[in-house]
Amino acid sequence: MSVTIRFSGEFLEGRDGQSIGGILLVGGHRTWRTAGGSERGIFCGIGVCQDCVVTVNGVEGVRACQRTACDGDVVEREVRR
Amino acid sequence: MTRVVVIGAGPAGLAAAASASRAGAEVVLVDEGERIGGQFWRHHPTFTARRLQHQLGRFADLQRALEEVTVLSSASVWRVEAGAPLRVHALIGPVDGAQRRGETLEADAVVLTTGAHDRVLPVPGWTLPGVTSAGAVQALAKRDGVTLGSRTVVAGAGPFLLPVAQSIALLGGEVAEVVEAASAVAIMRGWGRRPWELIAAAGKAGELGAYLGTLVRHRTPYHPGSAVTRIHGDGSVEAVTVQRIDRDWRPVPGTARTVECDAVALGHGFTPRLEAAIQFGCELTADRFVRVDSQQLTSVPGVHAAGEITGIGGADVALAEGEIAGLAAAGVQPGDLRYRAPLRARRRLRAFAARLATHGIRPGWTGWLDDDTVICRCESTTRATILAFADASSRGMRLATRAGLGPCQGRTCGRSVEDIVGAQSGAGVRFDQRPVLSSVRIGELAAHRDPAPNPREESRQ
Repeated sequence: MSVTIRFSGEFLEGRDGQSIGGILLVGGHRTWRTAGGSERGIFCGIGVCQDCVVTVNGVEGVRACQRTACDGDVVEREVRR
Repeated sequence: MTRVVVIGAGPAGLAAAASASRAGAEVVLVDEGERIGGQFWRHHPTFTARRLQHQLGRFADLQRALEEVTVLSSASVWRVEAGAPLRVHALIGPVDGAQRRGETLEADAVVLTTGAHDRVLPVPGWTLPGVTSAGAVQALAKRDGVTLGSRTVVAGAGPFLLPVAQSIALLGGEVAEVVEAASAVAIMRGWGRRPWELIAAAGKAGELGAYLGTLVRHRTPYHPGSAVTRIHGDGSVEAVTVQRIDRDWRPVPGTARTVECDAVALGHGFTPRLEAAIQFGCELTADRFVRVDSQQLTSVPGVHAAGEITGIGGADVALAEGEIAGLAAAGVQPGDLRYRAPLRARRRLRAFAARLATHGIRPGWTGWLDDDTVICRCESTTRATILAFADASSRGMRLATRAGLGPCQGRTCGRSVEDIVGAQSGAGVRFDQRPVLSSVRIGELAAHRDPAPNPREESRQ
């Protein structure tokens, strides 16, 4: 079983059960958020640090390392000054 | 029937729920994750490589013992209340979703098994893409079947670095080296004395032996008495500086060497997740774990605690403590035969856990920071900014620098800020207290309606 998500217009495929963060990493993306001018992605990997948050289907602040990807998810970058 | 709520479904929580249920209690097990198992058993049922996951037999046994237990997964506890009954407020629904449903659970006894997360000491360059916690490597390997880089330096302190290095190797990545802060002498002294205690915890010692075997097979260098003191890269990790450190973890000048890599996994031990225990009013020990008696009961009536929040010891001791806590929460009297096996296991395994002190963080680590090193990742607060307000009140320092006020609420930087401020001014800043226990959206908070207050609370007011 596979799922397809969309990240900044690009279609990425993952295995059913993978997290959004996992699929982004497999798709060659190391970062998907800007904080204080620097690029961030996965850091703690277990839902504690909030570094990896993305907007999923219009909902802000979703931890990419915790949220299991659903087929058709639209994922967008976030920027924190 | 005694109503027991267990918060956290890692090894301690699963053992507690299973033993309380077997003892006849009505048990609800609440956990933030989508699947039970916690950080230890976080494998995916179909695609995780089986060699990456330990003690699956034990996990299957516990799962079977939960037949009568109500399991609430994807449930974040955001508030708890002491009293009779004890109350646990949770939000249930998809991770960070916008439409989670609130639920308030009432209980005669609660078992807190909230666990711990990696403690990562800041290093210049640690915000570069490619740097993660050691725990992230395990989580990505087990849950998602991926490694972050092709050549990784694993650095920090403690035996947990070894399974992290093994996971990378099993997934086909290269471990450039493992960098351990404790010196070879300290390791020999810490793990070499009273070897019979370790023989008693034989499973544990065997596990470590297997990890070391993997390192040897892959010819991975292991460097004790050293630390990654700087991470280099333009846009992402390209290399690290590894330096010898003294017994207080101060970098030794003239010992720096450069190691090329594209990923760094850092773990300097673990921080217990104390916020629910603190909100219940549980007393803490001097080294800031939840104080429990021989039945795993905290200072608050009806509230028990087990696992990493009572002292870092790993999954095996957590299982024993959880089993004891579950029996006690269900009202099984001390002296009952059912306590015998877990009490014996706890005694044996704590001797192993005590050895972890060999790898405890020493204050000299702040010596590898630069003034412009980011300490609070959420707010991008640098060391210089924190030092400028080190003499202010705890609250004043936070408001002026914003350190610890970001989305993670100081979980990542809190204890490091304490070390930096403490070294400068001796002030006792503390970051453990959090009035809201997990992320809650404003709308969810607005929709929350409190049930009638506890009669006992009311008479006190």
